[in-house]
Amino acid sequence: MFKRKNPLPGFGLSLGFTMMYLTVIVLLPLCVLVFKTFEMSWEEFWRWTINERAIAAYKLTFGASFCAALLNSVFGILTAWVLVRYDFPGKRLIDALVDFPFALPTAVAGLTLAELFSANGWIGRMLEPMGIQAVYSQLGVIIALTFVGMPFVIRTLQPVIGSLDLEIEEAAAILGASRTRTFFSVILPMLLPTIITGFALAFARAIGEYGSIVFISGNIPYKTEIAPVLIVMRLEEYNYVGATAIALVLLVVSFSLLALINWLQSWSERFLE
Amino acid sequence: MDETIKTYKGKPAGQRRLTDGSPVVKWILIVICLIFLSTFLLLPLINVFAQAFSKGIGLYFKSLALPESISAIKMTLIVAAIAVPLNVLFGIAAAWAIAKFRFPGKAILLTFIDLPFSISPVVAGLMYVLLYGLQGDLGQWLDEHDIQIIFNLPGMVLVTIFVTFPFVARELIPIMQSVGVEQEHASLTLGASGWQTFWYVTLPSVKWGLLYGIILCNARAMGEFGAVSVVSGHITGRTDTMPLMVEKYYNDFNTVGAFSLSSLLALLALITLFIKTWLEWRQYRIEKKAQKVIMQ
Repeated sequence: MFKRKNPLPGFGLSLGFTMMYLTVIVLLPLCVLVFKTFEMSWEEFWRWTINERAIAAYKLTFGASFCAALLNSVFGILTAWVLVRYDFPGKRLIDALVDFPFALPTAVAGLTLAELFSANGWIGRMLEPMGIQAVYSQLGVIIALTFVGMPFVIRTLQPVIGSLDLEIEEAAAILGASRTRTFFSVILPMLLPTIITGFALAFARAIGEYGSIVFISGNIPYKTEIAPVLIVMRLEEYNYVGATAIALVLLVVSFSLLALINWLQSWSERFLE
Repeated sequence: MDETIKTYKGKPAGQRRLTDGSPVVKWILIVICLIFLSTFLLLPLINVFAQAFSKGIGLYFKSLALPESISAIKMTLIVAAIAVPLNVLFGIAAAWAIAKFRFPGKAILLTFIDLPFSISPVVAGLMYVLLYGLQGDLGQWLDEHDIQIIFNLPGMVLVTIFVTFPFVARELIPIMQSVGVEQEHASLTLGASGWQTFWYVTLPSVKWGLLYGIILCNARAMGEFGAVSVVSGHITGRTDTMPLMVEKYYNDFNTVGAFSLSSLLALLALITLFIKTWLEWRQYRIEKKAQKVIMQ
């Protein structure tokens, strides 16, 4: 291709506006948070990031996010498979409904899940005789995070399952493999990079979640308090240093996950080719 | 490809294939999937409306007519009415620059545009409190000039813009890229001005993608909780949006109040989902048609 001047107008205007808007809305607030952390002494930073209450909050945030992402992966594989490969009445409705957790405000999700799983809710009523307490407990956090992260694995897997080459499965069948064996030793390995990508997306989403958790977890310090809730608690004490320190920890984790996800996506694309 | 498989096996379509598996397994999988989805999707949705109407339709409307509810609805509409158009403007500008021109640093710019999606809403709110709050230098200066951003409408609008930042741009960039620049070049050659080209050539070519981005952006803007909660200050009747009022009602054990407002938000989610599905279905049909034309 030879070099020539792009005749379209508006490059300066559109890029200038984009950069200005990006700076004011995203970069400036981000920089303030980072600078604020640099103002702290190390001792101060460690005091607010490494203490018993904060560690309990990280453990719950990461642990529950992991469990929810795992749950979503297992049921996500199943759901994506069913939605792509099988036909049954109501399939299109279900397929559309999968995006519901993306569209529903998290506060509403938290409210209705808290009601549903409480002792006199429709599902909680069945769990209570079994001695399972689903609200105001760590289980509640996992339930809420499973809800908000549900679409990720399903939506990343669907197009990949749809594009799988049926001939490979037929070859496995002709060679005498059972359907179960074909699935676990032929199909699943092919889907693995995509599943991991979906898992990471659901996990990353769960780490930052706040709205739905507030309603269902009860926010009990050391027990059901997640890291974002702890940030809000510190803010309510006007402890800006404490809030900023924990926020920086979350930010570093989120950005590392973002980098990991970008790498995973390019890996799974290369893998499929 | 399907064609070759059929002739290879010498069987007409409709008969069982090697990859079909057992129908028993199929139905077991479908049932497990349906149980999971009804527990986590359908029941929570039905529950919103069941709880909202649990004490009768009269109390439902009475709760919605409470002054707190009305002002929360107003607040939500105002915030979205400012935040969404600004992000649309940004989305169009960003897509125009990124899709139609070549410049260094494009990949980094794209990463920055996606950034707000990976930041926790609470952290986003905190950033704005640190920047504009009274404990910071800028906040002090603003206070001396009687400008209040945090615990006020401007702050709520700003964080809403932040959390919904990528929606429109993300939707438009790939579409504008795939449309290319030939049509714009033709329009300019034929003597149209830059703005005319934009209004009559570029915008119509991306209008459905734009609509898609707007409804997603709007749904998130109206439903945002964490970030707005941090900067709003929770002043009842003044800085409470619908999701924030839901929390307040819930903490006051006003179940019908919380669920009646929630039912409006759930309705919004359903409408969003409906338009989204319709747009996707439309796109799918266009692609099918195009494929048919190519096949002929």
